[in-house]
Amino acid sequence: MIRVGVDVGGTNTDAVVMEGEKFLGGAKSPTTSDILTGVENAIKSALREANTTSDNVDVLIIGTTHFVNALIQRTKLAPTGLIRMCLPSGSSILPFTDWPKSLINGMKGSYKLIKGGYEMTGNEISQLDHDELISAAKELSDKGCKQIAISSVFATVRDDMEKEALEVLTKAIPSLSITLSKSIGGMGLLERENAAIINASLKPLAEEVVDSFKLLQKSLNLSCPMFFTRNDGTLIEAKEVIELPVLTFACGPTNSMRGAAFLSGLQDALVVDIGGTTTDVGEVKDGFPRLAGTSVMVADVRTNFAMPDVISIGLGGGSVVGLNEPLTIGPVSVGHELLQKAKVFGGDTLTATDLAVASGRCQIGNKAPPSISSLEKLIEILDKMVSEQVARARTSGKVIPVIAVGGGSVMMPSKVDGLEVVIPKNNDLANAVGAAIAQVSGQVSRIVLLNDEVNRDSAIQEVTAEATSLAVKRHADPKSISVLTISDMPLSYLPGNNLLINVTVVGDLSMEDF
Amino acid sequence: MSIKKLSFVDNKSINAVAIGGAVLGSGGGGDPYIGKLMAQQTIEESGGVKVIDIETLPDDALILPIAMMGAPTVMVEKFPSGNEFAQLIPMIEKMLTKPVAAILCIEAGGLNSTIPFAAASKLGLPIIDGDAMGRAFPELQMVTFTLGGISATPMAMVDEKGNGCNYNTISNVWTEKLARAITIEMGGSAMCSLYPVSAKDCKKYLIKGSLSLIHHIGSVIEKHSFNAYQILIKELNGKHLFKGRVRDVERYSEGGFNRGVVKLEGIDNFSNRDAKVDFQNEFLVAVEGEKVLATTPDLICMFDANTGDPVTAETIKYGLAVNILGLPCDPIWQSKEALDMVGPRYFKYDIDYKPL
Repeated sequence: MIRVGVDVGGTNTDAVVMEGEKFLGGAKSPTTSDILTGVENAIKSALREANTTSDNVDVLIIGTTHFVNALIQRTKLAPTGLIRMCLPSGSSILPFTDWPKSLINGMKGSYKLIKGGYEMTGNEISQLDHDELISAAKELSDKGCKQIAISSVFATVRDDMEKEALEVLTKAIPSLSITLSKSIGGMGLLERENAAIINASLKPLAEEVVDSFKLLQKSLNLSCPMFFTRNDGTLIEAKEVIELPVLTFACGPTNSMRGAAFLSGLQDALVVDIGGTTTDVGEVKDGFPRLAGTSVMVADVRTNFAMPDVISIGLGGGSVVGLNEPLTIGPVSVGHELLQKAKVFGGDTLTATDLAVASGRCQIGNKAPPSISSLEKLIEILDKMVSEQVARARTSGKVIPVIAVGGGSVMMPSKVDGLEVVIPKNNDLANAVGAAIAQVSGQVSRIVLLNDEVNRDSAIQEVTAEATSLAVKRHADPKSISVLTISDMPLSYLPGNNLLINVTVVGDLSMEDF
Repeated sequence: MSIKKLSFVDNKSINAVAIGGAVLGSGGGGDPYIGKLMAQQTIEESGGVKVIDIETLPDDALILPIAMMGAPTVMVEKFPSGNEFAQLIPMIEKMLTKPVAAILCIEAGGLNSTIPFAAASKLGLPIIDGDAMGRAFPELQMVTFTLGGISATPMAMVDEKGNGCNYNTISNVWTEKLARAITIEMGGSAMCSLYPVSAKDCKKYLIKGSLSLIHHIGSVIEKHSFNAYQILIKELNGKHLFKGRVRDVERYSEGGFNRGVVKLEGIDNFSNRDAKVDFQNEFLVAVEGEKVLATTPDLICMFDANTGDPVTAETIKYGLAVNILGLPCDPIWQSKEALDMVGPRYFKYDIDYKPL
């Protein structure tokens, strides 16, 4: 199977062509303001490098930063309303609490609380009143909110009420577009509904993005199926992205970590991705990034969907070096102007890349490296900045390798925090490789009450079966499914054995049903 | 040590209260974030809260502690309605035929350090600068009032649906048993008012100044982030027990509590050393090898080594680097009678309490 993987980054758009595990070729192209031109250029060059043509391609996989950018810039966000099914509970913490005002304004966010929701046992707090639901939706719609997010208390235990609300509203007001909280987040009403609101506000943009990629596919003569990559390093179909764009939010760092693990053949390692302006450090286990714990901040909003646990610092190949005491490197960077501004390229700005060349760690540029009197000290600072992040990202004293990828990886010392540094071949295309090798996943999170009929093992089995059927529905080959993570946590303060069970399975993409 | 007296809490300073409350939570007491949001919203709607000294009240004034009971995991899904406080107070006032003069925070640790501010704001009542634990403890009878023979009842409890319940019990341990059972029927969390006390009794058994203290701790963390623990050691007469990275978190459910063990591998000055911390909702015992570093009722507090934020037993995860501090408990907990109630042996550890 020939796969084309694309990663749209802030500075560069990368594309690679892979056949199974074999790297056929790849290319980088500057990211353009319309994004698509950059993608087109990268794919064309990659196909040329790989010595193949578009009609041989079986699948196109794209990782893009469109959506997170829209959120950060507060642009192209659709007016969004939230309906929370909770009353009589819930009023003491209202929706949009703790959000930046500019973001609420950016999506004209408004909300209504109505009767409904569940107790943790799955009993109703109160019954859903269809008339109340419809009139709440009408009120939000009259305010201009055609995007509606719906949340219900303990939707993680039972999602029937959210589904019922979807059915009722789809019939009553077909013009509305609806996001259910259960389809996105885990435990934690506020975080889950925040994620649902953000998702809803991005849906029209998602449609636009998917449509434009489809047009591009046509113009490139790529008639194969197209997928996007999710935050957890797995695949999502184009038609699913239109419904759930937030799931692609943090795919950039994830793809680069997955690609790093693949290119180096190391499944358990730390990954340091050094770009032009920033360095991301994370950890891969079994080839997948370690995910962040309970909640994650996205554009200053607390959410709880699965995101890689990544530490970022303002250090990159273009980081500007300050020679006045105290010596500094970054966070200001010349970014994509490195090839004009760095001293080794004849420019007038001393950058981290110049330090790396001057110290003999790499040979790039067309000018001799400058002589720097405090070079030794600066290199020490540089190494300390990286090793501090690596130490933070480590989860144990176990000796595991550090994989360095990205254009700035040439600056890496041979050891960090006492750990061996590996710089794999094609590392500057690691993120596009990560997109190309993405698998299909199924993840289910549920509270199970253990009793005489249900014990811990059978409960985990049941949740695993649910996750598996979800993955198969998303075109995973049933024979290739393996369990990636199982976690269970007893719920405190309550007697009786209530377990919160999380299961994620992954499998290879099967092209059979396309 | 000079701690600035807290006299008023608005929707900004509640943030420091919540952070400091998480520290005195000693790893337990629930997610202070939810409590903070609740207090913030109430203060925005109903105004800030006056913090007063117990000595300013006449002996016969009725002081009412407010607390949330139940599972923090339920609290992150099902929020209170906000009407609970207004329902609770008349229930108690009717039983005691007396108006409430001030609200008291019974547990200046975790979620329950901020909930009483929401109550005080909603009801327009002042809050007393002090509490009855000086930290968080897992069971309702573990308050200084129990040492003074003060009953938890008459106690009132309401849920967000409007169900209310009064208790009259023979002992505080019975109150704990019955109240926990009802809490479950109410859906896993409930708002309660318990240990109604006269200002006279309150003056005797109150751990004074604890709200000023948590506000101060929170402010230090807001200002000094990962360096805050060093300042707190000096100011609070604490001990740097360990700095390490979490290597394992074992969890098991027992008797409805979140129990487990955190294992740590030493870093920096603690390199090549191992420690472990046992928890039952709160961190109870810290041990390095054979050596006991600290036990309940002294406070064992963990701070994220990179951000300075307090870390709870429920959210602690593999790989986190933490500083562990031991803070001395209030001397009231060091008597034999008190240790029978909150010392390591109560929690089935074969260890005698030794002050830090």
